[in-house]
Amino acid sequence: MSGIENIFDVASRAMSSQMTRLNTVASNIANARSVAGSREEAYQAIKPLFETEYANKVSENGISTVNVRGIVTADREPNKVYQPDHPKADEEGYVWGAAVNIEEEMVEMLEASRQYQNNLEVVSTLRSLMMRTVNMGR
Amino acid sequence: MDGIRQHFGIHDDALALRSKRNSILASNIANAATPHFKARDVDFEATLAKAMPDGPLATTNSRHVSRGSNLNADRLQYRDPVNPSLDGNTVELAVEQMQFSENVVRYQTSLTFLNRKVSGLLSAIKGE
Repeated sequence: MSGIENIFDVASRAMSSQMTRLNTVASNIANARSVAGSREEAYQAIKPLFETEYANKVSENGISTVNVRGIVTADREPNKVYQPDHPKADEEGYVWGAAVNIEEEMVEMLEASRQYQNNLEVVSTLRSLMMRTVNMGR
Repeated sequence: MDGIRQHFGIHDDALALRSKRNSILASNIANAATPHFKARDVDFEATLAKAMPDGPLATTNSRHVSRGSNLNADRLQYRDPVNPSLDGNTVELAVEQMQFSENVVRYQTSLTFLNRKVSGLLSAIKGE
């Protein structure tokens, strides 16, 4: 990827990072009610790992943005449910529900979409400032 | 040329510094969810005071320190959070948004001053 030069690089990367976060939330919520036949096969919630990316000239301009370093799975205990009539139930009659906390995912979704909006707001404000500056003296 | 620059006074330096501060605040807002990120900001008055001309400065050697609104990261300071968060991130969106909107208004003020000065110069040149 090319370096970070200006406000548009900062905001676009921040927005795509927040979009990745929203994608993980969507995957987690979609799988919240899925069940598996064993503890290992049960769905685990996934989370993006954010890290700060500094501009090459950060010592001059102090610009930095955020990047997703990777997607990690939260190692949590799946819900063990006694459902002997379930086709995937093991010999003792248990199924493993996804290790997803719906409330946590909802909060995550709200926060991610707010921060996406914040970045968009910053860009549109600065863009109109730039347009006014370009027209200076007319 | 020097006369025109003097006519603009402090406003061109202020505009450049406000623009740089805008991108620093935008970086803070972009990193609002990054663990261990420390929000940074510039001490506007101190930096602008260094950029203000208080007389011509003679540089007789290329290694002399030149004047100007040269914003370096060593002049950036870390923000002291009102409500520290558990993940070590010191970006507080309320604070950053207020600083950002204040900075935008002040940028527009400097821009308006510059616009007035330019149109004043233009009417002086045209003599109409």
